[in-house]
Amino acid sequence: MSLKNLLLQKRSRIVKKWRDVILQTYHEQSQGFLKKKDSFGNPVGCTISEGIESLYDALLEDSEDSGSDKISEALDSIMKVRAIQDFSPSRAVGFVFGLKKVIREELGNEILQNGSHEEWAAFDARIDGLGLLGFDIYANCRQKISDIRVNEVRTRSYRLLQMAGLSYDLSEHEGDPNGEKKEDGASNGQHNMEAREH
Amino acid sequence: MAKDEIKQEDLLNIDHSPSLFKKGWMNTPVDIRPSMHCYACEPARLKVVDFPNPRVWSVMDEDWKLPKDWKETVMDAFKDRLDRFRTFKLFMDICVRCGACADKCQFFIGSADPKNMPVLRAELIRSVYRRNFTAAGKLFGKLAGARDLDYGVLKEWWYYLYQCSECRRCSVFCPYGIDMADITIIGREMTNLLGLNIDWIAAPVAFCYKTGNHLGIQPHAYKSMLEFFQDEIEEVTGVRVEPSFNRKGAEVLFITPSGDVFADPGTWTCMGYMILFHQLGIDITWSTYASEGGNFGLFTSHDMMKRLNGKMYMEAKRLGVKWILGGECGHMWRVVNQYMGTMNLDLAEGSNLENPVSPMTGTKFENANSTKMVHITEFTADLIKHGKLKLDPSRNDHRKVTFHDSCNPARAMGLLEEPRYVIKNVCNHFYEMPPSTIREQTFCCGGGSGLNAGEDVELRMRGGLPRANAVKYVHEKYGVNMLANVCAIDRAVFPGLMEYWVPEVDVTGVHELVANAMVLDGEKEKTVDLRNEPLPGMEDAEDV
Repeated sequence: MSLKNLLLQKRSRIVKKWRDVILQTYHEQSQGFLKKKDSFGNPVGCTISEGIESLYDALLEDSEDSGSDKISEALDSIMKVRAIQDFSPSRAVGFVFGLKKVIREELGNEILQNGSHEEWAAFDARIDGLGLLGFDIYANCRQKISDIRVNEVRTRSYRLLQMAGLSYDLSEHEGDPNGEKKEDGASNGQHNMEAREH
Repeated sequence: MAKDEIKQEDLLNIDHSPSLFKKGWMNTPVDIRPSMHCYACEPARLKVVDFPNPRVWSVMDEDWKLPKDWKETVMDAFKDRLDRFRTFKLFMDICVRCGACADKCQFFIGSADPKNMPVLRAELIRSVYRRNFTAAGKLFGKLAGARDLDYGVLKEWWYYLYQCSECRRCSVFCPYGIDMADITIIGREMTNLLGLNIDWIAAPVAFCYKTGNHLGIQPHAYKSMLEFFQDEIEEVTGVRVEPSFNRKGAEVLFITPSGDVFADPGTWTCMGYMILFHQLGIDITWSTYASEGGNFGLFTSHDMMKRLNGKMYMEAKRLGVKWILGGECGHMWRVVNQYMGTMNLDLAEGSNLENPVSPMTGTKFENANSTKMVHITEFTADLIKHGKLKLDPSRNDHRKVTFHDSCNPARAMGLLEEPRYVIKNVCNHFYEMPPSTIREQTFCCGGGSGLNAGEDVELRMRGGLPRANAVKYVHEKYGVNMLANVCAIDRAVFPGLMEYWVPEVDVTGVHELVANAMVLDGEKEKTVDLRNEPLPGMEDAEDV
């Protein structure tokens, strides 16, 4: 039996153990709560559970191209949460590599017996790639938090500077290449100076 | 403070189970982290209002420069408050640790830190109560869940008192009605006696005390800002609104949070008020002295709340108005609805204040008889009900709106229907978030009770996660692109929260939507809304 089939066969057990690897990074007293199935009362736990399942399925997809978007999306949802919690970067991303341990525990003997070393090596490398992608997403999330902090300060002072005649709003000047109106709904309600300047 | 510093050799042996709590919460010292707390306050803020122990200090320092007799100060204050506040005494005694509140706090839900479970957050203080004020605690110590107050415990108190937004969601689920907000309020009051204030609260308090508003804006600047809005409104609508300031003899005094006067997106809500008053022709005045509806004194001490609130009645008396209309604000309405009447109404003795009656509809706002102050969504809902506003909700058709119940108007005032009634009359596309996330059960924005500082953004991202998660749901299901609310702190906090969690959703006050839908006498052909964004069908108009 190919490794992929083995991974599909033991999907629910592997996914559950992988989820537990993540939950173990939280305080013992909180782990029971994080297992509750209530997407509005327990968004962290549900995001992790759903994200892990999607990640696992995307990893098993044949085409790397079709899987990569799904991988990014699922990993993004989990990393967004972990990037704002009490974790160092290595702790925030480390759960990805926990999948290797879980698979070895669950399928180690079968891999040896079936001689699926090459398949395993390739899959192992995919998990490594997932870890690296996780670091990228984590760094993007931290950068976003930093941007938000800066934007908040600017938003709070923008009107006062405008009133005092101390701010120079480029968008009022036709023909100025920097003066384009923002189209991104994300910052409609804010004076996102970064969006104005680029 | 301990940090997650990983050495190279540790990388091969990452422990996935944190050591915290393995030895029990009482033996786990607090780990204060950057971006999870607000900055310590500058001494000048405290001097202005005669608060104790003004000095330069930093939260991340080991030494917080406490007075030598700090323990006695806290214990005396504890005893004093147990005697003065029967609620506080009850809340210290009656918790049976059933856990109903444990998973209801958005800061716990977002962080999974057990010390943010309301039951455990309160236990941080209760344990000291038991040790010092109960026989069992004095005799059996830890066996009875009691512990001494030491430097580490004090820091733990402080850290977690500022991870509670006093939102009261947990109290909705407590079978005994224990109000964590009351415990937090008194906990902060006690630690403030040692000078452990945060700057984000202490500065607005000091400014408010000196100038009347949180930002320290002086009367001429306040007036200039509204004049600035006059121009913007005229540009969009073709109508020149004429607000009046400090006008004696006006029928109504309008008081709103200063945040709406000085920061987007609240500014558009502020313009909404100006447009509404102009169209109605109501005899109303703004005050450049009572220029703040919010009251950060509530987050400091009961006495400070009372001192700052007094200006509302004093200004009403000075101007000779009959009643007060209040703008969209959160904690302002807890102060007004739950405290103001009994706390300060004596200041209005000899004034012209009387039970509020709408001059447009004749409606008596009997619910406001005890305070003489009416919420603007009650006022506007009544106008709409009586057909006093000409509305074209299709002007908001580019908005798919959901409504966030702000904690204080919802849970401290019961203001649940009026904002919805108004929104549904000025917008064609309104969608509710899931029932467990709105009305009495609403989640906090994560920035209430003075936590909306710049430096604790990470804390706010955690606390706001459950709310953002519900917004994301209606965004994905219905295409919601606008989060309406009736709170200036919401309007300050939500843009950042949305930017992180649901960047497709923007933030608005209710009266921005009202003004955009209003058909004004003498208006020009409108092509844009107050944000200068094209109205539906006007995307190609020339002056867009």
